[in-house]
Amino acid sequence: MANLLKNRETQLAAVIVLMLVLIAFVNPDFIAPSNLLSVYTESSILIILALAQMLVVLTRCIDLSVAANVALTGMVVAMINSQYPELTLPLVIAAGVVLGTLLGMINGLMVWKLGIPAIVVTLGTMSIYRGIVFLISNGEWVNSHEMSLAFINTPRTEIFGVQGFAIISLLIIAAIYIFTEKRPLGREMYAAGNSPTAAFYTGIDVGRTQFWAFTISGMLSGLCGYLWISRYAVAYVDVALGFELQVVAACVIGGVSIMGGIGTVLGCVLGALFLGVINNALPVIGISPFWQMAISGSVIVIAVIANSRAERKVGRIILRKATLARG
Amino acid sequence: MHQPTPLLELRGISKTFPGVKALDNVQLSLYPGRVTALIGENGAGKSTLVKTMTGIYQADAGDILFDGCRVHLSSPEDARALGVTAIHQETVLFDELSVTENIFAGHYLKKPKTGALDWKRMHERAREILLDIEAPIDPKTRLKQLSIGQRHMVAIARALSFDARVVILDEPTAALSHHEIEELYEIVERLKAQGCAIMFISHKFDEIFRIADYFTVFRDGQYIGQGGIEEVSEEELVRMMVGRTVDQVFPKSEVDVGAVVLSVKNLSHPTEFDNISFDLRRGEILGFYGLVGAGRTELMQALFGVSKQITGEVRLKGKLLKVSSPAEAISEGIVYVPEERQAQGTILELPIFQNIGLPQLSTINSSGILSTKAEYEVADRYATRLRVKAPTWHEKVENLSGGNQQKVVIAKWLATKPEVIILDEPTKGIDIGSKAAVHEFMSELVQEGLAVIMVSSELPEVMGMSDRIVVMHEGLSVAELNRADFSAEAIVSAATGGGH
Repeated sequence: MANLLKNRETQLAAVIVLMLVLIAFVNPDFIAPSNLLSVYTESSILIILALAQMLVVLTRCIDLSVAANVALTGMVVAMINSQYPELTLPLVIAAGVVLGTLLGMINGLMVWKLGIPAIVVTLGTMSIYRGIVFLISNGEWVNSHEMSLAFINTPRTEIFGVQGFAIISLLIIAAIYIFTEKRPLGREMYAAGNSPTAAFYTGIDVGRTQFWAFTISGMLSGLCGYLWISRYAVAYVDVALGFELQVVAACVIGGVSIMGGIGTVLGCVLGALFLGVINNALPVIGISPFWQMAISGSVIVIAVIANSRAERKVGRIILRKATLARG
Repeated sequence: MHQPTPLLELRGISKTFPGVKALDNVQLSLYPGRVTALIGENGAGKSTLVKTMTGIYQADAGDILFDGCRVHLSSPEDARALGVTAIHQETVLFDELSVTENIFAGHYLKKPKTGALDWKRMHERAREILLDIEAPIDPKTRLKQLSIGQRHMVAIARALSFDARVVILDEPTAALSHHEIEELYEIVERLKAQGCAIMFISHKFDEIFRIADYFTVFRDGQYIGQGGIEEVSEEELVRMMVGRTVDQVFPKSEVDVGAVVLSVKNLSHPTEFDNISFDLRRGEILGFYGLVGAGRTELMQALFGVSKQITGEVRLKGKLLKVSSPAEAISEGIVYVPEERQAQGTILELPIFQNIGLPQLSTINSSGILSTKAEYEVADRYATRLRVKAPTWHEKVENLSGGNQQKVVIAKWLATKPEVIILDEPTKGIDIGSKAAVHEFMSELVQEGLAVIMVSSELPEVMGMSDRIVVMHEGLSVAELNRADFSAEAIVSAATGGGH
C-alpha cells in the first residue's frame, strides 16, 4: 500500500483527479462522463505519439521529428485521397504508415550506423520533413471538400458510443504495453537506455534497439499523420507545428526519464491525459488560451523537479545496507 | 644521509569501509626536499592513504602532523590550504578548457576591487609556472590539443599553482613516454630543490631506485617497513610487498584437467598487446597476473569480441573463431564478467531475474513472448546456486551489495551454459564473505568441466586459485608458470619487468 502511494503513476492519477475536481467547481459539466470521453478522444493522437516517443527516450534518444513526420505523412495521404478518391481507405492509411516508418528508419539509421546524436539527427530531419511538405504541396492547402467522406469520417465512427480515434489509441496502448513488457526487443530497449555499456557487454546491440525505437516512432507518426488530417479535415504545411514539444512533455510528466531506461506505458498515458485535460479545461473555465502555454510549461518544470527528486538517491550506499539488514 | 624532521607525518592511521579494513594503523613520514616511495601491491591501501592525505577521506583513527602540528583535513580545500597536492594516474582535467583555466579551475585569481576574474594575471602566472617546469606550452591552448605527456605537465603545473609543499605523485609515469619520464624526473629534482616533500607511488623498481630517497612498504592495508632506498635491494622490497604472515586459505579443488578448449595463437592488437599465445583446458583455472595497464583486460575483451582489429588465431574446441561482437562470443560459448561491475556488468534498474535472463531472452522465451515465469525459473536456479542474498529475485540489482551484484553477473553468464568463462578481477572491491563465495564457486565450475580464465591483480588470489598463471607486462606475455612452480617473487618480478 505504501508502495502504491509512492508510485509515480498513482500520484499523477491523483493529481489529474484533483484537477478535475477543481475544474468541476467552476464548470460541473466538464466532468460529465460524455465530456470526459471526449477529452480522452481529443487526447488520442497525443497519447499515441507520446508512447512512440517513450520508446525512443527509453533508449537514451529523442525524436524531435515526430510532428514534422505527422505533417508530411498527413499531407501525402491527403493528396493521395484528393487525387485518387476511389482508392480504398486502408490502402491510403497503409501508404501513410509505410512512409512514416521509412522516415523513422532514416532517423534510426543515422543514429545507429553513423553514431550521430539523436537530437542532432532529428533536429535536422524535423526541418527536412517539413520542408518536403512545402515542396510537394507548393504551400497549398488540401481542404475538407477535396477529401472523401470515408477519409474524414471513418475515425469518427462510433462503436458503443466510442469514437474510432479513441479505439485506435486504446489498441496502440495495448500493443505498446505488450511490446515493452512481453517482447525481448522491448526489454532490450530498457536495458540499453539504462546502461548502454552493460547492455553492450551483455550482447545487446544498443544501436539496433535505438533503430527500432525510431522505426516504431516513425510508424506511429505515420498513422497519426492520417488521424490528424482526418480529425481537422485540412492539410497544410504547418500542421502539428511544435507538437513534438507537447509529446516530449507528456513523456516527461509521465515519469519517463530523459536519461533513458525508465518509463512505463501507464505513466506515459497519464502524462498525455494530464496535458489533454489542461488543454481542454482552460478554455472551459474561462482562462485565456495565452495562459495555456505558461501553465503547461510550469507543469513540465514541476514534473521534472519531482522526477529528479524521486530519482535522487540520497545516502544510497549507507541506507541500502539499512534496508537490506531489515529485509 | 641525515634525517630532517618530517614535513608531513601520519601516525596510526586507520580507515575502514563496510566490510574492508583499507588502512590498519599505518604510518608514513615525508621529509622536505626528499622523495619517499610508497610501495605496495594493488589493494595495499596506497590510494586510500592518498585520499586521506588530500582530505577526500577522513581517517577513523590516527594523527596527521604538518610541520609538527596536528592538523585535521576535513576537506580537499583544507589539504590544499596546507599545500598538500596530488597528481593522479588519470588526472582529471577539462578537455575543452584552456591550459590556464585548467590550472586555475577552482582557485581563480580575481581582481581585488571588482572580484572579476583576472585572466591576464592568470595567463601570466600559468606561463611562469609552465616555464618553471620547462614545459613550453601556450597557456591559451585548449587542453584537448595537447599530448598525454603535455597534459601531465599541465596537471603538475596545476599542483604547483597551489604553492605546493607536499606533492604526491600517484603512478605518474604510467602514461608517459621515455622522454617525458626523463622530464618528470627533472621536475621532481626541481621540486626537491625547492624543499617540497614528495611522495612517489610506483610499481616500477627502476624508477623507485632512481629518484626515491626513502621507501615505505604497505601490504594489505598495513605498514610493513621503511628505510633509506640505498640500504635496500629489489629482492628485499619484493619480499616485503608479497611476504605473508598468515596465508589465506583458498578452496582450490583437485580437478582432472581435460582437453584443450580454447587455443589462442599469436593474438596481437596494434596498441594494446602483442603475440599472445596460450591454451586453456577443461577443468582448468588459468590466471592472468600483471600490473594495471599490462593489457590483460584488453586481451580478454578481444576474446569477447569487444576489441576489433586484432590479428592471430583463436580456436574453440578446434574450431576457428572470428567474433566481432559480444553477442557472437556469447553464442559461441565465451562469456566475460567485466571488471567494472556497476558500469558494465548489470542493468541496475532491472530486477535480478530480468538481469539474469537478459543475454538469452529469445532462448528462454522461445515463443517470442516474454514469460515472467520462465525467466524467473532460470533466474531462481542460478541465483540460488550462487547464493545471491536478496528477499526475492524481483529486487532491483541496484539494491544489492557489491558482492551480490557480482554473483548476479556470474549467474547471468552461467545461465547461458558457456564453455569458457572469463572473470576480470572477480573479487575486486567486494567483501570477504562474497569473495570466498566467488572462489568456492569457481572451484565448482571447473569441477563441472568449465574452463575458467581469471584476471586478477591480487597475488594471493591468483596464486591460490589458478592451475597456471600467465604473467603479462606492457602488453607481452612474459612468463607462464605451472602451479608447482608458483612463487610470489618470480611472479611479481616478471610483472614489474624484472628478470629478463
